[in-house]
Amino acid sequence: MEAVYKTPETLIDTPTHYCPGCGHGIIHRLIAEIIDEKDIKGQTIGIAPVGCAVLAYNYMDIDMCEAAHGRPPAVATGIKRVHPDKIIFSYQGDGDLAAIGIAEIIHTANRGENITVIFVNNAVYGMTNGQMAPTTLINQKTLTTPQGRNEQSDGAPLRICELLSVIDGSRFIARASVTSPQNIIQTKQLIEKGFNTQIQKKGFSLIEVLSPCPVYWRMSSVESIKFIDEEMIKAFPLGIFKDWEGRN
Amino acid sequence: MMLTDENKKYLLTGNEACAEAAIQAGCRFYYGYPITPQNEILTHMAIRMPQVGGTAIQVESELAAINMVHGSAAAGARAMTSSSSPGISLKQEGISYLAGSELPSVIVNIQRGGPGLGDISPSQADYFQAVKGGGHGDYYTIVLAPGSVQETADLVYDAFDLADRYRNPVMILGDAQLGQMMEAVIFNKKCGPDSYKKEWALTGANGRKRNIIKSFYPVQGELEEFNAKLQKKYNLIKSKEVRYEEINTEDADIVIVAYGTCARICKEVLMKNKTPNIKVGLLRPITLWPYPSQIIQEIAGKVRAILTVEMSAGQMVEDVRLSVLGRCPVHFYGRTGGGIPSPKDIIKKITEIISVNKKTIN
Ligand SMILES: Cc1ncc(C[n+]2csc(CCOP(=O)(O)OP(=O)(O)O)c2C)c(N)n1
Ligand code: SF4
Repeated sequence: MEAVYKTPETLIDTPTHYCPGCGHGIIHRLIAEIIDEKDIKGQTIGIAPVGCAVLAYNYMDIDMCEAAHGRPPAVATGIKRVHPDKIIFSYQGDGDLAAIGIAEIIHTANRGENITVIFVNNAVYGMTNGQMAPTTLINQKTLTTPQGRNEQSDGAPLRICELLSVIDGSRFIARASVTSPQNIIQTKQLIEKGFNTQIQKKGFSLIEVLSPCPVYWRMSSVESIKFIDEEMIKAFPLGIFKDWEGRN
Repeated sequence: MMLTDENKKYLLTGNEACAEAAIQAGCRFYYGYPITPQNEILTHMAIRMPQVGGTAIQVESELAAINMVHGSAAAGARAMTSSSSPGISLKQEGISYLAGSELPSVIVNIQRGGPGLGDISPSQADYFQAVKGGGHGDYYTIVLAPGSVQETADLVYDAFDLADRYRNPVMILGDAQLGQMMEAVIFNKKCGPDSYKKEWALTGANGRKRNIIKSFYPVQGELEEFNAKLQKKYNLIKSKEVRYEEINTEDADIVIVAYGTCARICKEVLMKNKTPNIKVGLLRPITLWPYPSQIIQEIAGKVRAILTVEMSAGQMVEDVRLSVLGRCPVHFYGRTGGGIPSPKDIIKKITEIISVNKKTIN
């Protein structure tokens, strides 16, 4: 009998450290599936961030490197320049990429570095217990915005896809979410397109994924999904922002 | 500008010699951000790297540069970055990660005056930062301190070799004077990365078990174990890699301890010393970490005093005192903020020390 659903070979069978309802696990699985399907396990090198996904290397059976907080795009650049034919991706949270690492991501995109970035936007700092992120929504309560994020004093949610899409070196920039089977399938297609962009040496690609953090949103898993679908996508509309094949 | 003729003399600045030696040592990945007085390293790399099929990128910050070194080193290549004091402060985060990830890499610091923006003249005030770890955590960077343009080139080869041998970051600690002055240099030492098999490197796990490069040990006890392993390595380096130069220390009354540019000036002191009844010697540490404590301790048992000369308010003198352990008086002469000690100043200091010493003896 043919198995129609199984654990991807690239995904390591180990207990998860992520909280129930967290989006990181789904996104890890999508990456692993794509690596399997494209048969690039031996050619792929990943960079794990500082954040809840710091242990991403525990789950993916590929060569992986850790990077300091916010620096994965620079580390990815250093690896890619040595191995231009390998597939290099960085996996980063919103605190990592949009706050402390904003310079690295902008300049890596601007160099047109031929890498793929998976950007997990859960609108908070998960690992440090739920402080405000650059992507926290207006009025969203976090540990450091106890009254809700105030645009006047805290700034507005930073839209990374929109920001990066005006950079010439960006070649494929898209935003997706993992709130429904359809959205998950869409996310997978977009990440795959990111990898294809790199394999075809077209340059920098980034796929932002809106992802739940039920623990620090202080919501149930179901409420978290609703929050993304109803609130988060108002600030962060889904779609393709830049496509070297001209589909936007 | 091809500088590959062996045994031919080239007239180069310390910065150019440093860059060229790195290329000849097999470094093919260089990442830098402009800062005076070391810009010639970046510009030399921009010209030469493409000629040898290498990569030189002017990046957006020192943070990015050191992290690109992290990536290229993790990928198994010889990689280098260079900067001057304020830029090295920014690189400290990355250097700590390189040490924690055991990644061989070379960092050049052509020191200038500080703190803060300071100025662009020579200084040795980054000694503490260089030899005491500099970034967070229990780690050491191997620190090599050249005293001439030729030695800068020679120590760059050694830096790459030591980095690969011990899987550790290595720093070349120069200063504005060394970086900017021109001297004849011969590139006669060749070495390549090929002798080191980097089985741990990230190359894509094709046909082998995956490799992970990390410094994160969240499971209780694991980090302590890892630190113990690091300390064992540091002890091995301490026992094997100490380097220094000794001049006239045999029957000296006073021995000066100085490194880099200051040591050059002190060599002049030795030549100009016209006081026949005061014999002056020089001990020049070449490795600042590991520090030549043993030989300083031995010297301390034989001399009337030790004088430490630095372009700082007194940093290395602490390591000298720790080595001497009270066996003889330790004096200090230092200049800061771009001030360079003159041989005359140092001779005056020596005369003072001797006369004070006499009073206490009589
Ligand atoms: C230089 C530095 N500053 C701060 C931290 C602490 N820190 C760890 S994770 C993190 C935020 C991570 O948030 P995000 O990138 O959004 O990822 P998430 O945990 O939400 O998945 C911070 C601030 C650190 N490790 N290093
Ligand atoms: S804190 Fe949030 S982001 Fe982190 S594992 Fe838990 S749910 Fe996921």
